[in-house]
Amino acid sequence: MSAAIGVSARRARSAARGGAVGLLRGTGNPGLVSAAVIAVAVALAVIGPLLAPYNPDLPNLSLAWVGPAGGHLLGFDFEGRDVLSRLLAGAQSSMLGPLAVVAGAMALGTVVAIVAAWRQGAADTVISAGLDILFAFPGLLLAVLAAAIFGAGLTSATVALAIAYMPYVARVMRGAALKERGQPYVAALEVQGVPATSICLKHIVPNMLPLIVAQATIMFGWAMVDLAAISFLGLGVQPPAPNWGVMISENQPGILQGYPLPALTAGLCIVSVVIAFNVLGERLFEQAQAARR
Amino acid sequence: MLLASLLVASFVIFGALYLAPGNPISALSGGRALPASSLRVLEQRYHLNQPFLAQYWYWLENALHGNFGISITLQENVSAVIGARMWTTGGLVLYAALIILVVGIGSGIIAALRPGLADTSVLVSTAVSAAVPSFVAAIVLILMFSVKLGWFPALGNGTSFISNVRHFTLPAIALAVSSLAIVARVTRAAVREEADREHVQTAISRGIPARQMVRRHILRNAAIPITTVSGITIASLIAVAAVVETAFSLNGLGAYLVQAAASKDLAVVQGISLVLVAAFVLINAVVDVLYAVLDPRVTLGSRAQ
Repeated sequence: MSAAIGVSARRARSAARGGAVGLLRGTGNPGLVSAAVIAVAVALAVIGPLLAPYNPDLPNLSLAWVGPAGGHLLGFDFEGRDVLSRLLAGAQSSMLGPLAVVAGAMALGTVVAIVAAWRQGAADTVISAGLDILFAFPGLLLAVLAAAIFGAGLTSATVALAIAYMPYVARVMRGAALKERGQPYVAALEVQGVPATSICLKHIVPNMLPLIVAQATIMFGWAMVDLAAISFLGLGVQPPAPNWGVMISENQPGILQGYPLPALTAGLCIVSVVIAFNVLGERLFEQAQAARR
Repeated sequence: MLLASLLVASFVIFGALYLAPGNPISALSGGRALPASSLRVLEQRYHLNQPFLAQYWYWLENALHGNFGISITLQENVSAVIGARMWTTGGLVLYAALIILVVGIGSGIIAALRPGLADTSVLVSTAVSAAVPSFVAAIVLILMFSVKLGWFPALGNGTSFISNVRHFTLPAIALAVSSLAIVARVTRAAVREEADREHVQTAISRGIPARQMVRRHILRNAAIPITTVSGITIASLIAVAAVVETAFSLNGLGAYLVQAAASKDLAVVQGISLVLVAAFVLINAVVDVLYAVLDPRVTLGSRAQ
């Protein structure tokens, strides 16, 4: 028994100490490149508004749809605002929204999964049935409903998506938590009278950490796509606030008028960040699954 | 289970919008002050003086009879609007589903059976296209095929079947792009796993022709994961269609739902949400039935763990 506890503690410790570096090492070159792209995107979200060479909100209609020229590397958008500045300033809301969705969905989903796995029996049955019903609501639909009720905005879209993603997290985590629940070290700790919450928080959650990180990474990509889509529909971030999804929708007329640069660059930002999260998440997932076997 | 989730979903849809701030009377009157007698008439007509559960019951009963109330902004029957627009969304999703099944499963099989250049190019292109949101795909497709090449119309519905196919081609591709990448990747993994199994090695050593072996020994066993992922991704198109319809100015259900949500036309939001959720649940149920057809070991009613 003490050997089993030793194994659990060692696994938890190595996952905790290795942290980001330990997890990244196993993902190979594509994983490292993706991590670098993500690091750049995160840095832009933090300091992007400071880097913007011009005021991202200052319109100048005489410069509308004007191409790259003298110091304005990416030209001007439909209202004559500097596109590069808007992309840099827009990184913040474009990254912060998905972060909030993922944090909410992961926290809710993991708690629900661990409660189901720990209690089992009736609690598990009720939770599983509830999750099945939540699965009937696609994330986008829930976000549109939320916009109809609470008004359009990033907050209602974020809360709606976090709730819609929660069952996907819970389903994966429940499986992992059930497996962990059956480990001998958990029984050993229970026999010693360690409280359930402390076993869950100090042993089960740390042992599930690689899976949690992998799931969160993949989900960030989904959240970014869905939130940008909601902003594109006019129900998320409201113009004139800079945001990559908003930039695509407000500059869409430029596509038909033969001036696609503002919409395309915003699309490119979204696609490259999402590719990075997908590739890294997929590799982290494989790694986490391989470690569990 | 199917009926239970539909019932709960309808309750959630009605209840959520019931809680929405704002008074239905003021929405009906356009904010004008009404005399008490007309207020009473309106309350009676819309059952607003009844308790919540009774209101839900009236709504559900009417909805089951195909009556979703009246759109406040259009002054039209919601079910008439849904009926008129259903075919756009249905056709779009069907077209996209066809693309996903043919291109997604096809390229997945090719990638799995031909390691090397074919495999690598499928892997790289699906890694990219899985990350392309439908509205980004939409603007790129419009730019390339409508503005630059002029092959397809950029916006709007067609007038006949043939012109509808032309109008729906770009939207359907935009809708399919990221889903077909996911289907291709799962197909590739499933086929490769089956191809490495012992019974396939045995079949190869017995000299069974490659074509027959792929069809009878590999694909039949790989069909379950392929069906799962195809079903899930195709069902999810129902919601994403709203984005594509908006990007291409198609008059589908999703685009209308978005407009109604923005203008707080709650009867429309309730009606369309219910129809979309029902379609979503129904497709998932069809996939469950397909499992039993594809794999005799699966019996209906048993739950996969």
